[in-house]
Amino acid sequence: MKKTLLTASLAVTGLLALGTQAQAATLDDVIDAGELRCGVSNGLPGFSQPDSDGNWTGIDVDTCRAVAAAVLGDSDAVQFIPLTAAERFTALQSGEIDVLSRNTTWTTTRDSSLGLNFTGTNYYDGQGFLVKTALGVESAYDLDGAAVCTQAGTTTELNLADFFRANDMDYEAVVFDTSEASAQGFDNNRCDILTSDTSQLAALRTQLSNPEGAEILPEIISKEPLGPVVRQGDDEWFNVVKWVLFGQINAEEYGVTSANVSDMLDSGDPNVQRILGTDGNMGEILGLDDDFMVAVLEQVGNYGEMFERNVGPDTPLGLQRGTNALWTDGGILYAPPFR
Amino acid sequence: MAAHQPAPDQPAPVSERGVIGWLRENLFSSWFNGLITLVTLYFIASLLIPLIDWALIKAVFSGEGPESCTPGGACWVFVQERLGFFIYGTYPDPLLWRPNLVFLLFAIAVVPQFLPISGGLRKWLAIYGVTLFPVAAYFLLAGGSFGLESVPTTRWGGLLLTLVLAYVGIIAALPIGVVLALGRRSEMPIIRGICVIFIEFWRAVPLITILFMASVMLPLFLPPGVTFDKLMRALVGITLFQAAYMAEVVRGGLQAIPKGQYEAAEALGLGYWRRMRLIILPQALKIVIPGIANTVISLFKDTTLVLIIGLFDLLGAVKSTLSDPAWDNVMAEGYLFVAFCFWVFCFGMSRYSHRLEKQLETGHRN
Amino acid sequence: MNSNDLPTRPGRPKPWNDPRVRSVAFQILAALAVGWVGYSLFQNTIANMESRGISTGFDFLDSTAGFGIIMSLIEYDESMTYGRTFLVGLVNTLLVSGLGILLATVVGFIVGIARLSTNWLVARVALAYIEIFRNIPLLLQIFFWYFAVLGALPGPRQAVNVGDLAFMSNRGIMLPAPVFGPGSGWMGIALIAALVGVFFLARWARRRQAATGQIFPVLPIALVVIPGLPLIAYLATGMPVTWDIPEMGGFNFRGGIQAIPELGALLLALTLYTASFIAEIVRSGITSVSGGQTEAAAALGLPARRILRLVVIPQALRVIIPPLTSQYLNLTKNSSLAVAIGYPDLVNVFMGTTLNQTGRAVEIVAMTMAVYLFISLAISLLMNIYNRAVALKER
Repeated sequence: MKKTLLTASLAVTGLLALGTQAQAATLDDVIDAGELRCGVSNGLPGFSQPDSDGNWTGIDVDTCRAVAAAVLGDSDAVQFIPLTAAERFTALQSGEIDVLSRNTTWTTTRDSSLGLNFTGTNYYDGQGFLVKTALGVESAYDLDGAAVCTQAGTTTELNLADFFRANDMDYEAVVFDTSEASAQGFDNNRCDILTSDTSQLAALRTQLSNPEGAEILPEIISKEPLGPVVRQGDDEWFNVVKWVLFGQINAEEYGVTSANVSDMLDSGDPNVQRILGTDGNMGEILGLDDDFMVAVLEQVGNYGEMFERNVGPDTPLGLQRGTNALWTDGGILYAPPFR
Repeated sequence: MAAHQPAPDQPAPVSERGVIGWLRENLFSSWFNGLITLVTLYFIASLLIPLIDWALIKAVFSGEGPESCTPGGACWVFVQERLGFFIYGTYPDPLLWRPNLVFLLFAIAVVPQFLPISGGLRKWLAIYGVTLFPVAAYFLLAGGSFGLESVPTTRWGGLLLTLVLAYVGIIAALPIGVVLALGRRSEMPIIRGICVIFIEFWRAVPLITILFMASVMLPLFLPPGVTFDKLMRALVGITLFQAAYMAEVVRGGLQAIPKGQYEAAEALGLGYWRRMRLIILPQALKIVIPGIANTVISLFKDTTLVLIIGLFDLLGAVKSTLSDPAWDNVMAEGYLFVAFCFWVFCFGMSRYSHRLEKQLETGHRN
Repeated sequence: MNSNDLPTRPGRPKPWNDPRVRSVAFQILAALAVGWVGYSLFQNTIANMESRGISTGFDFLDSTAGFGIIMSLIEYDESMTYGRTFLVGLVNTLLVSGLGILLATVVGFIVGIARLSTNWLVARVALAYIEIFRNIPLLLQIFFWYFAVLGALPGPRQAVNVGDLAFMSNRGIMLPAPVFGPGSGWMGIALIAALVGVFFLARWARRRQAATGQIFPVLPIALVVIPGLPLIAYLATGMPVTWDIPEMGGFNFRGGIQAIPELGALLLALTLYTASFIAEIVRSGITSVSGGQTEAAAALGLPARRILRLVVIPQALRVIIPPLTSQYLNLTKNSSLAVAIGYPDLVNVFMGTTLNQTGRAVEIVAMTMAVYLFISLAISLLMNIYNRAVALKER
């Protein structure tokens, strides 16, 4: 028995001795593991949602798949780790996940003192209110005294407080740990209004027992740029995640899609050549293969395809591009050039 | 001379025997008792009749989809249609024979324990249950070797996951608990101190804080690159948590063994571990069977907490389907189904412990 | 373990065979191993936090929180600090645990005694209650009460109305709140005076009974005096207390005292679950009192209820207290399941929202665990003191 104890303690010692090693870079870790660990939501249609076979879909999911395609050449080499809003930053800080792609709003605090880096924006959103039509409320300024369902640990919770305080109104915050639970609370009349990013409200509205009985109020009370997040202090990985998304946006701008990517390899346009790696060494300087965007575009597609497939007008969410259109189309989507 | 024949005994008065006598004695022995009986009867009736009406009489047991259900009655069709998901979670469909085989192997280990079989066979089955079965079950469920396709633990769910958590937890928590209890009773002050701090820490903090730490903070405490499966971490968290309780239960048993037993064992010249294994523990564990059973049952119930860290155990699986807008308000049915499953397992375990206690009763407690 | 004091000492055992040497060596080894594991974990954490750019320290407690909390017994609004959210969460945890302990004890004792009732039906109902509630996971019971029962209540506009004073809806229970006007301080003074008076009266009555055997009816007097004196003060000072009755306005009721349904569901589940364990503890405590005690008490001519109160329960308490303590601890820890339904307890508010807004996971989790450790130690200590008071005084 003593011997077993001794062996056990030796084993633990050995395990902890690894701690003296210098920290490896995330990019190398992901390549070594052959798998990207991606933090997503526990289920939000259009953004990250598992089906009954455990396959994940959504725009946040595709953002991770694109990174996996760029780094590992396989968009399926992703382990999706569902996290509640309250768990997500701790999971990223601790190293439980490599990238967090969970409709997370880019803010100063998160970018600085939480030790995180936002790599870009994959959806420009704003906070709104969903209300039962039966209440006859037409404006967010008529909500004095309402009970509001919201999700714990989100910017929504803070904006809500700001909005009501700025307009000198009272409210009662009914806080749930998942967006699904808050929608359920709203459905069960635990609260009068449900607040969240408007894209989420559109998604959650589809899950109500009577979607027609609820409407989104016109007021948008905040800016919510949502995007993937990585840890601070690993610039190589930060750049990879950042430029995969920029690559997808640039690809849309230059008309490269999953359908025509193989033809585009012969394109004479130097912009396209640099994106696809037929010219220059953009991949190499990022620490990837030069043709990393080919894998991304073949397996996931460009930003526009990602949008249409998950949240666009033909999906249950039925969202228009609006702000999320390319800058050339009147939106604010503007990626730095591949050069 | 005719012997004196005593007259045959008169039967007890009608009011003291039969149904009436029983009623009088047990329900209406005084006016106060009678009143309580009537009030209780009223409450039972007003609670049970609507419940039975809803759950059995007006209920729909089979059919297709939500349309086949009637308002006012329970919609068991919902449970029937989702049963696969409730039992296996998202385990891949073509591979379902693997969990099924594990359930069979599990039944081989457990069911005979309830049947009248010989002690020897019982012992071998128990040994099989804690050695061969877990290993076989692991390889079957996880795959990745012997030509079996690998199934990540994130796909395990439902009752399968609940049973995995509970079974591994139970067979790991008891030995750890015994070692901790012995450590706490040790004559070596440092060992004792370590065990006391360990036990008291785990007993004082809520399980969900531990699960939270295990699920999202663990990599912070470990060297970079060292990582464990999420299910594994939940398992370790629950096991250590209940092991601390187990340790206190076992300690109670150790304290109840008369000092003479310790001294006699020592006088026989046995070493520490043999003293414990051969003399002390068999007696101590027997005394605390009810306590062990309670700890095992609470471990089983505590497995539901993993839903808070995003694992889909039985409760998590059922809860995740309740918000499906296609099914109008099946909440009560879903929760009652889960409650029934847990109740059957927990009640079964508590009955089994009662039986074991009687079986091992040798008549000289103290 | 004692070294034997035989007249002729045998040769000293080899050091590695000497139990004392072995024990010391083993302990040093164990201490080193544990110390080293602890040190490594600490070092790893520091190194990891540094390399990942996570800020550390407790300075965040002074920053503005900026989020609302649905229920707070102490003053709180969004402009207060994260430190304040800690206190709000702590007070809410203490509230639900305290009420839960109180209610679970009452229900548990009633069911435990009912379990031993001579009335067959009552005993069976108690048994059914125990077997059902303690064999179903608490989390499930919380969900059930919250979603399936309280969630099914009507909305605030169709609230169940109790005499226009109290209302029950899926937003919780609204009760009238007393508003103490000027002069109501006299009522407090009257109440204290009544309590002190009854206390001394009871002491005097006990001494008199011990000395003379005469019983003085303390209880009826107390029942009259304790509400009576404040009532006289109330009338004498011109009825300064008014009631703030909840009124429907806008979305929900305003005014009065509001008990949110999260609190109700959590309290209900904690009470019923824990009471089923307490009932079993009470039953085994009572059955542990030997039958001779009951018979002897009956032979003295005591009526059944007095036997229970004066003879059985005081002796049973000695068996009941230690496991009861651990049930109280369990209830307190289980109150953290509040997070599942959004009752703003310590884990939900502080380890949930505050942690997420500030990102100080290590500090916040450590503070939360420290609170539970402290509560556990405090409850253990109190119950140990009480246990010593009721323990058998052996001479």
